[in-house]
Amino acid sequence: MSTLTDPSAESFRLSKLVNDTRYRSYTFQFIALLCIIALFSYLGVNLVQNLRQAGLNISFDFLGNPSGYDINQRPIEYNSQSAHFRAAMVGILNTLIVAFLACISATVIGVFAGVARLSPNWLLRKLMSFYVEAFRNVPVLIWILIIFSIMTAALPAPNAFRGENPSASMLWDAFAFTNRGVYAPKPIWLDGSWVVVATFLLSVVAAIAYRRYATKLLYATGRLLPMGWPTLAIIILPSLIMYYLTGRPIELEYPALKGFNFQGGVNMLGSLIALWFALAIYTGAFIAENVRAGIQAISKGQMEAAASLGLRPNRIMNLVILPQALRVIIPPLISQYLNITKNSSLAIAVGYMDITGTLGGITLNQTGRAIECVLLLMLFYLTISLAISAVMNLYNNAVKLKER
Amino acid sequence: MTRATEAFVRHQMLPQVPPPSSQTGIVKWLRENLFSSIGNSILTIASFFALWWVLDAVWPWLTNGVWTTSSLSQCREVLQGEVGACFSVLAERWNQLLFGFKYPAELYGRPTAAFLLLFIAAAPVLFFKTFPRHLLIVTAAYPFVAYWFIWGGSILVPAVAALGILGAMFVFKKYGNQNFATGLFGGIAAALVIWWLGGKIADAMPNFLALQEVASRDMGGFMLNMILGVVCVSLSLPFGILLALGRRSDMLIIKWICVLFIEFIRGVPLITLLFVANVVLAYFLPPGTSFDLILRVIIMITMFSSAYIAEVIRGGLAALPKGQYEAADSLGLDYAQAMRLIILPQALKISIPGIVNVAVGLFKDTTLVSVISMFDLVGMIRGPILGSTAWNGVYWELFGFAALLFFVVCYGISQYSQWLERQLRTDHL
Repeated sequence: MSTLTDPSAESFRLSKLVNDTRYRSYTFQFIALLCIIALFSYLGVNLVQNLRQAGLNISFDFLGNPSGYDINQRPIEYNSQSAHFRAAMVGILNTLIVAFLACISATVIGVFAGVARLSPNWLLRKLMSFYVEAFRNVPVLIWILIIFSIMTAALPAPNAFRGENPSASMLWDAFAFTNRGVYAPKPIWLDGSWVVVATFLLSVVAAIAYRRYATKLLYATGRLLPMGWPTLAIIILPSLIMYYLTGRPIELEYPALKGFNFQGGVNMLGSLIALWFALAIYTGAFIAENVRAGIQAISKGQMEAAASLGLRPNRIMNLVILPQALRVIIPPLISQYLNITKNSSLAIAVGYMDITGTLGGITLNQTGRAIECVLLLMLFYLTISLAISAVMNLYNNAVKLKER
Repeated sequence: MTRATEAFVRHQMLPQVPPPSSQTGIVKWLRENLFSSIGNSILTIASFFALWWVLDAVWPWLTNGVWTTSSLSQCREVLQGEVGACFSVLAERWNQLLFGFKYPAELYGRPTAAFLLLFIAAAPVLFFKTFPRHLLIVTAAYPFVAYWFIWGGSILVPAVAALGILGAMFVFKKYGNQNFATGLFGGIAAALVIWWLGGKIADAMPNFLALQEVASRDMGGFMLNMILGVVCVSLSLPFGILLALGRRSDMLIIKWICVLFIEFIRGVPLITLLFVANVVLAYFLPPGTSFDLILRVIIMITMFSSAYIAEVIRGGLAALPKGQYEAADSLGLDYAQAMRLIILPQALKISIPGIVNVAVGLFKDTTLVSVISMFDLVGMIRGPILGSTAWNGVYWELFGFAALLFFVVCYGISQYSQWLERQLRTDHL
């Protein structure tokens, strides 16, 4: 009789490290680890040698030195005597500003175009597919440069607004589109304006509470309360009443032509607008495809089932299609937001001072601290990406189909 | 009274009447597709006005275009205040836009030939059902021929490189069947020996069948975009496959190396990697060595795109049913065979749309090299052409041309991938 036994432990031979699949993986990992260590020590040794030859060292002290350059868009206080670190902070804020603006506009554009591509209207459908294909297939850098040259070369100079018969005029006397940027009215917060703001915030909360209540009532009793106009009324009316009661505490400061340029109001730089619009339109085309794919991913039976229950078309969309489609749409949407943030680094091509323009641009060139600057730059973007993917994982877990 | 008594009975069939005019032809189509409801009609009219507004501005600009002047001011003279494009800049700077401003003018034929050969070389891969398999030799030889055409120099350099790879493949074929590791390391050793020996020979005979040499820094224009795009996409495919397999591997160390690499690369913008290529990479090389910017950029872009391709392929691997892996195991195939024969063909097929998306994105991203002052198509437009006194201010024509070039290539690629998906579909839907 033959008996099956495990191979005894003593029979381990060195050749098994290559030939036995149980041990071979250890060999491979060991070799891989050795290679990685060798590569990094090679690079490290080179780095040390190069730095010694150039008389440099790795140090982040330069961040405390005065930067010596100006930044044209300053969300926080900054001048050329401020430290490089503060310049980097200004850059980070500028990155976040343009990324935020572009994310919101791209979502609006993308959702509209995506839905319009599924519209029964032939002309609209074709126009939207033209938009999507045209913008998806051309580099975003070219779009940024095209819009930037519209902003700087095609728009009139401020002095064109001057004189008896100006060759350019302001839109509604409030917006001036010049080659030095767009000037828009700026709200001035006087005493008591906080009452209006607080009222507004409270009424938003009240509107949400009303909608919750209406939904609950619908599910509990089947009674349908109107949603649309009460929400609008709750949000707008109290703030409006409070605005007049407190004596109109919020005023608008209009830009006006003084000297060689417009004074007052908010000045949005041409580079900011170019970057914002280009990123929004370019990414909007991608989001449109995501939205379309998400809606088409819902099987036709869902819509037919909802229709056979007697739901109206807009309620089918709101109650049946969208909740399911969002589960498909939102993960790629969030990675598009990530793409916008990373693509906003193209600001350096039009001179918008984001983090790449300050830390990776002028600071790097002035101090010559290439390694430190690029390292910090990468760390910043890595942090943002990791934060966004953490949010995405949270969301994915929240909406995951609960299968039992 | 007769009418009431005589019943009317028709004895023959009526001839068929054409459907009412509102139910046929263009009217029906218009009603169904453009004016099916009030909202739809408003949309149609709005879209029509938008279209008309754009065409009204663009059409005279296109048709009045001037092609033959030698500066913008001459264009303005010819147009005399009318709306019209100044396409002369394209005509005059055509070669600069395509080849950059440093590539020797008498050698333009060589990159053009390499570009045309690209189609011949790509055909057996792109249309693998139409062309016989052995034509793949042409594809395999193409990189070396194209290198020789574009960079010039002795033919020995690309020939030795090709010989080394051939030798490695020969050794691997011979010994790899019995023992994978022997074949692999034997192949690498053979390649190194051939390259070392061949390098000596090539150094000794620099003028053997030599074309005039062109330095890497003289590459520019759309040629540079094409070089970067083609080289980086083809290089990043194998690296991407390896990274994807590594990330799904059971070996913890290899898995974590791949995860860290992929997540790091995907977390930073390409521009920072180009900064690394431009200013940082030199610090990590042995003192005194300098290899040219285009090569450093190729390395960085390849790393960048292989991380993205790895993620796409990992998606394809994850989408395969587990039964495929188990079936391969139960047939007694080892890891390399299972991957090569069972898993990867299916996983790659699923990943084609994703891979093409990455390839198109990468090709578009090659314009970013203009930021680190390389003169690709966008760099040429922004630098030497818009900076010249003759053409300062010709934005629309130049950027429109660049956009059109990229659109043609990228749209072509995406259409091809959709066609390929239909070709590879094996289920009967």
